[in-house]
Amino acid sequence: MSDLEQFRQETRVWLQENCPETMRRPIKGFGDIYNGGRNPEIDHPDQRVWCDRMAARGWTVPHWPKDYGGGGLSKEEVNILGQEMGAIGARRALDSFGISMLGPALLHFGSEEQKLEHLPKIVRGDIRWCQGYSEPNSGSDLASLATRAEDEGDHYLINGQKIWTSYADKSDWIFCLVRTDNSGTKHQGISFVLFDMAQEGVTTRPIKLISGSSPFCETFFDDAIADKKNLVGEEGNGWTIAKYLLTHEREMISAFGAAPKKSVGQVALENIGADPSGRLANSILRQNIAQYQLDTLAFGATMARVGDESKAGQGLGAASSIFKYYGTELNKRRNELNLAVVGEPALGWEGEEYHDGMISRDWLRSKANSIEGGTSEIQLNIIAKRVLGLPDA
Amino acid sequence: MPLVLNEEQIMLKESAAGFLAENATVAHLRALRDSGSERGFSDDVWNDMVQMGWAGIAIPEAFGGLGYGYTGLGLLLEQAGRNLSASPLQATVLVASTLIEAVASAQQKEQLLPAIAAGEKLVTLALQEGSHHAPQQTAFTATLSGEDYILNGTKVMVADAVSADTFIVIARTGGEPGEEKGLSAFLVDSGEAGLTVQPRSLIDSRSAGALACDNVRVSAANLLGAPGDVWLGLNRALDIANIGLASELLGVSTEVFERTVAYLQERKQFGRVIGSFQGLQHRAAELFAELELARSIVLKALHSIDDGEQELSLIASAAKAKLCEVAQRATNEAIQMHGGVGMTDEYDIGFFIKRARVVQHTYGDYNYHLDRFAQLSGF
Repeated sequence: MSDLEQFRQETRVWLQENCPETMRRPIKGFGDIYNGGRNPEIDHPDQRVWCDRMAARGWTVPHWPKDYGGGGLSKEEVNILGQEMGAIGARRALDSFGISMLGPALLHFGSEEQKLEHLPKIVRGDIRWCQGYSEPNSGSDLASLATRAEDEGDHYLINGQKIWTSYADKSDWIFCLVRTDNSGTKHQGISFVLFDMAQEGVTTRPIKLISGSSPFCETFFDDAIADKKNLVGEEGNGWTIAKYLLTHEREMISAFGAAPKKSVGQVALENIGADPSGRLANSILRQNIAQYQLDTLAFGATMARVGDESKAGQGLGAASSIFKYYGTELNKRRNELNLAVVGEPALGWEGEEYHDGMISRDWLRSKANSIEGGTSEIQLNIIAKRVLGLPDA
Repeated sequence: MPLVLNEEQIMLKESAAGFLAENATVAHLRALRDSGSERGFSDDVWNDMVQMGWAGIAIPEAFGGLGYGYTGLGLLLEQAGRNLSASPLQATVLVASTLIEAVASAQQKEQLLPAIAAGEKLVTLALQEGSHHAPQQTAFTATLSGEDYILNGTKVMVADAVSADTFIVIARTGGEPGEEKGLSAFLVDSGEAGLTVQPRSLIDSRSAGALACDNVRVSAANLLGAPGDVWLGLNRALDIANIGLASELLGVSTEVFERTVAYLQERKQFGRVIGSFQGLQHRAAELFAELELARSIVLKALHSIDDGEQELSLIASAAKAKLCEVAQRATNEAIQMHGGVGMTDEYDIGFFIKRARVVQHTYGDYNYHLDRFAQLSGF
């Protein structure tokens, strides 16, 4: 038996013995996703059991090195673990910004001491992280951020405000962009610091959106303290790290463009009916849906092509630059079509007959897809300049 | 099959690009047009293509071809689109050989395919009759008379009509216009009595023509496949043809886009290059995104053929519709962004938009294929 085959057998047995039955049920809502933290939100006690068992083997983040608490698995082993988990319907044991965002940045830019300090806590789900980037006056022009960090010897004193901080009210620590220097260009003088949210100088306030309650918060710093040993990279080099992380975030948001289960055309046919030739009765709507489904097919093929080219060692082609822009615009189109084909029930906001506004809230929420993580206009700027080589204005 | 080109295909693409950029460019097409060439392509260039094996690139090795598959042919057609290279690649290699492969008997394949692969025979499909692609509406008749069939009717949009040695004529041996049943395919040699070919001058300066049959008598041996039963094979050949046309449109679109971006980088107005204006940058970036989608769907469609998928219609209509949309946008934007110079005959951009519209129309345009895509998607 090959090593990989043996790994598969052992993994299968271990999962059978250790994954609680309740953690093999499909995820129905955000409550079923375990995010960890000092005061974790627990919908079912098995969430914690499952996370602890997986974390003990480093399998909550199987591809990170063992030295930092990860599983130290090879690409092939990670794939096998994923396949075996999929085979029994096992949920991911832990999902967090620590895993998806801070971790990759620390592995790339952090000191050895910082990696040893923070990564194992992410793997175990001990600490929940949030991201402090946008400010009320720094949206698309993120580099104009103004949250100040004053040098106080062994620490920084931080004053200012962040906005759109996802889950700030539930997080323990924040990775935050602050201004340590005002003298150079706006991209210089930005630093990337980590600090504990459980201190007097930090307060958070949830933001209600047009779609209803949201994970977003406003976050205020009033003489908050960040220890200097938690400055990541050089002082003034935070923009490089921010850009690296934004790429990760854009990849996550563009995944919204994936095709839904029942096609929009099918739903339309059920609700609106067909003409004698079997075509959807409204020909204008039919054309709009056909264009959407055609673009969804072509976008899916593009995601597959970029993945296959990258696997074949042909590099991450220029096509990947369109993912964020195209995926989010496509998702907005789908949501507008949902509204059109479902009709009155799609306008419901509360009540069982409207599934508490599932369609309308998704539709409203989708409007943010092309704003968050770099607006569509910013994405087009990036394509124009970096891919097409068109000059600055 | 992963959605990538393998090394062999990358080499083929590069050598085709090199050959065509030297021997069959827009300048050559312009020269053919200005000299009033009736055949619409250069025999020397075609002979070179035959030498390189292009005439039999998708024909199986058993019939004298290279057996290189449609992904290979698609790459050639894409490069032909980039250079607007005139040749029988579309009519004979893409359409006629595919239809023969789909519907002919083993004996007919033995007679025809090796001759096509060797460049000894040009064959072309005569299908369209009215203003639009509507194969079910075929009214051209073939009436049984003893052992023979008598053909009557007219066809338009017959590619390379003047140069073809043999036509594959789609005619009705039964049923009524509007029905799929009763359609048959006949081999008709160009010299048959009662057959006339009239060259037609289309915007793309290629060599389309009209064909008329006035009591043309052909033997029943000239029937490709069973009488009245060509629909399925024709449909499959047309699906493959449309995927090939989508490849050519990909080349046309990519080329005009690159030329346009280059122009944006050098043309100055108001004291700065116009490519620095955000109004143009965003339009160019959106078009770039559409071109990437176009490239993906064409490759996916070509692979679907080579993977041996039996049901090609959905992906074929998807690829053709998407490429019609993108080619229309790319060529229109090219003229607009070039401004006045783009309207002049002296500048090459006009050749691209003219070729694009003919290819878009051939075997069904955007509207035809988007409608078909929706139907095949079940709504």
